[in-house]
Amino acid sequence: MATAVIAPERENYLNQEYGIKSWLLTVDHKRIALLYLVSITFFFFIGGFFALLIRLELLTPAGDLVQADTYNKLFTMHGQVMVFFFLIPSIPAVLGNFLVPLMIGARDLAFPRINLLSWYLYIIAGILMLHCMLTGGVDTGWTFYTPFSTAFSNTKVIEAGLAIFISGFSSILTGLNFVVTIHRMRAPGMTWNRLPLFIWAHYATSIIQLLGTPVIAVTLVLVVLERALHLGIFDPTRGGDPLLFQHLFWFYSHPAVYIMILPSMGVVTEIVPCFSRKRIFGYNFVAMSSIAIAVFGFLVWAHHMFVAGISLYSALIFSALSYLVAVPSAIKVFNWTATMYKGSIRFSTPMLYAFGFIGLFTMGGLTGLFLAALGIDVHVTDTYFVIAHFHYIMVGGAVMGYLGGMHFWWPKISGRMYPESLGRFSALIVFLGFNLTFFPQFILGYLGMPRRYWQYPPEFQVLNVLSTAGSTILAVGYLLPMVYFLWSMRYGKLAPANPWGASGLEWTTTSPPPTFNFEHTPVVDWEAYDYENIPAPEEARVAG
Amino acid sequence: MFDTFPLWPARASTTAGSVDALFIFLVTLSAMVSAAVFTMIVVFAVRYRRRRGVAAEQIEGSTALEVTWSVIPLFIFVVIFVWGAVIYFKERTPPRGATEVYVVAKQWMWKLQHEEGQREINELHVPVGRDVKMILTSQDVIHSFYVPAFRIKQDVLPGRYTTAWFHPTKAGIYHLFCAEYCGTQHSGMIGQVVVLEPAQYEAWLSGGGASGSMASNGQNMFQQLGCSTCHRFDTQGRGPNLVGLFGKPVQLEDGRVVTADENYIRESILTPGAKIVSGFKPIMPVFQGLVSEEQLNALVAYVKSLSQSPTGAAGGPTVVPSGAPPQEPKVQ
Repeated sequence: MATAVIAPERENYLNQEYGIKSWLLTVDHKRIALLYLVSITFFFFIGGFFALLIRLELLTPAGDLVQADTYNKLFTMHGQVMVFFFLIPSIPAVLGNFLVPLMIGARDLAFPRINLLSWYLYIIAGILMLHCMLTGGVDTGWTFYTPFSTAFSNTKVIEAGLAIFISGFSSILTGLNFVVTIHRMRAPGMTWNRLPLFIWAHYATSIIQLLGTPVIAVTLVLVVLERALHLGIFDPTRGGDPLLFQHLFWFYSHPAVYIMILPSMGVVTEIVPCFSRKRIFGYNFVAMSSIAIAVFGFLVWAHHMFVAGISLYSALIFSALSYLVAVPSAIKVFNWTATMYKGSIRFSTPMLYAFGFIGLFTMGGLTGLFLAALGIDVHVTDTYFVIAHFHYIMVGGAVMGYLGGMHFWWPKISGRMYPESLGRFSALIVFLGFNLTFFPQFILGYLGMPRRYWQYPPEFQVLNVLSTAGSTILAVGYLLPMVYFLWSMRYGKLAPANPWGASGLEWTTTSPPPTFNFEHTPVVDWEAYDYENIPAPEEARVAG
Repeated sequence: MFDTFPLWPARASTTAGSVDALFIFLVTLSAMVSAAVFTMIVVFAVRYRRRRGVAAEQIEGSTALEVTWSVIPLFIFVVIFVWGAVIYFKERTPPRGATEVYVVAKQWMWKLQHEEGQREINELHVPVGRDVKMILTSQDVIHSFYVPAFRIKQDVLPGRYTTAWFHPTKAGIYHLFCAEYCGTQHSGMIGQVVVLEPAQYEAWLSGGGASGSMASNGQNMFQQLGCSTCHRFDTQGRGPNLVGLFGKPVQLEDGRVVTADENYIRESILTPGAKIVSGFKPIMPVFQGLVSEEQLNALVAYVKSLSQSPTGAAGGPTVVPSGAPPQEPKVQ
């Protein structure tokens, strides 16, 4: 029955045109999503390669695998590549690009050419970053702290800064496109409170991209100006203020964490109702919590600076505000859990990734409470405790959500099914590998091991060995999906239009969708997540 | 076994105990919350697993539940916030009468000097049971002074002083780390804090090496640099009288009132034009680039010593200012 509705030769966005030109000049949001998918996967494996080298160096207390300067460049470029060239574009530019128009019943994004431009900006930035890495690299840490970056480092700070500056515009344009599209291009009947929560999450994300990214752009320009022209902005010997840099940097870079995690929350909010066959619990609260996170997220930046030399009273205020932003995150976790209550739950691959997300995000969020507590932050900031915390959020959370989303929508994107058993296996491997890699780092941090250490006292070795062992397992977990996704493009079973029996307009069109997404403009007269009206897919999947 | 695989850091200061208490509270709380969430997920996943003929029950949500699970966490957060803030408030407020140690950080070394004049590199000797206040600055980039056993950390900035303090409770040798990335040998910018029993500490202190206290070195510089020609100890000087200045509010020419702390003295030496004391002319030359961080520390220590009671608390000024004898501090 599954294959009965599929005509393999049917025209779709993938086979409508062939040839490299049809891809490089495409203005189809779905093709641009795939261009992004290939590019960010490339950078993910570069960043991952750096991470493995870091972990291998830390296998022994002595600095023996690479030189100190090389190590410093490795963690710097690991951070820059992963944050600016993988995590920030990941879900929005790939899944968001592909799904936002499909989910709201539109033909494309509001500005298809700007969408393509944003990919080209990303590629220009990426090439500049690669050139920077291949011709010496940069060693400032991804945080570019001054005056080290402007007056002391003798590596390619300007080039790396410009690369990130340019990639920022790609991010701004994506956000702009989403905001306009969501406002203006919803299908008839697709009211704001019928929007999938994935869309609400992307709306919140786009607002941060629009309002926050210009600040990091300006900040990096100031770094470049101080370094190249010796203007006194951040360097105290020229009359500048090094803390000003930290305020500006974190004004963007803290909300940037929400650029990474909100879309993942959106993905999980689609997956959990689908595999529980239930409406989301508390639609309005989940939607508004995304907006609340985006708004409060702008008011907590100085919690990165509790020992940096800010005043006692501003530290108190930023600590209090940081707890405020934890409330909407907690609301989401409780709502996902409550959605499962009295559901009809199936453990398909995307659901396993969603479970993994909830678990790791919960731990990442709870350890955030430790860091927001002023007295504890003094001890654990700039140690491995922080490293573990933000990896639980940005890798445990964001990447787990990204992979869950890829497994959920891969049939729609590629028109093929991946091997389900391998998918479940990969989710398990990623979860176990992740915890083995990063949980020991919480203990290391409380013991006092500072971050960015090339060599360390011998008593920290056992925990570091555990962490390195975990990272190799994690690497396998990340490679597996890439292998079977590629395999499925040729050998996978053809995907039906709606393999999971999911709600949402994207599942009403064929897999893969035609270039113009829908034969007829859909008219929506149902609520979001109306799972009582959608049959479970079991009958359609007897062969699977 | 625990030397090679420790699971808890040494606890060697009064701060360490209070930080650990909150940490243990949070670990317990987190374990309970995660256990509750994970148990619910597992129970729901098993109990409500898909079965033929059993459909899901559609539930829209519940405002009462939403409010409950927003307000209860918020209440707990307020408790954690206040608890953490109280610890931090103590950490950031050095007690009066603490022994002072001046720290100059540079790529990639810690240079420390005790009030009494002893200099150390990458090593700090302190006695058990006494408050120690660190006055920190950097010669180049940002560093961070971190002693895990004391649970204290303070970034060390170029161009200004930051302060930190601790009260050691247990003799021993503890790690000193640089915790803010500072370039090639960041991980080599480490040292140790040696906490000694008071008697041993006195022995160490009298072990020599010091050529006069910091304040007396500062006094010599005060003469050599010609500071004393204007900053006289009467009301006739062309610069303000510095006796009794430290810690007091200062009325500035532009109407502001600032407290004469270490950073104020530092700034007034390096770039005197930044803050002109009311009633004085901006005639003092700039010393930026003319004095090293160590010399500046000695000058600051000297100016501070002018405000200690002459009846002689430990480490009080042994100097008799030249010019007229000190009189009642005149603060504008």
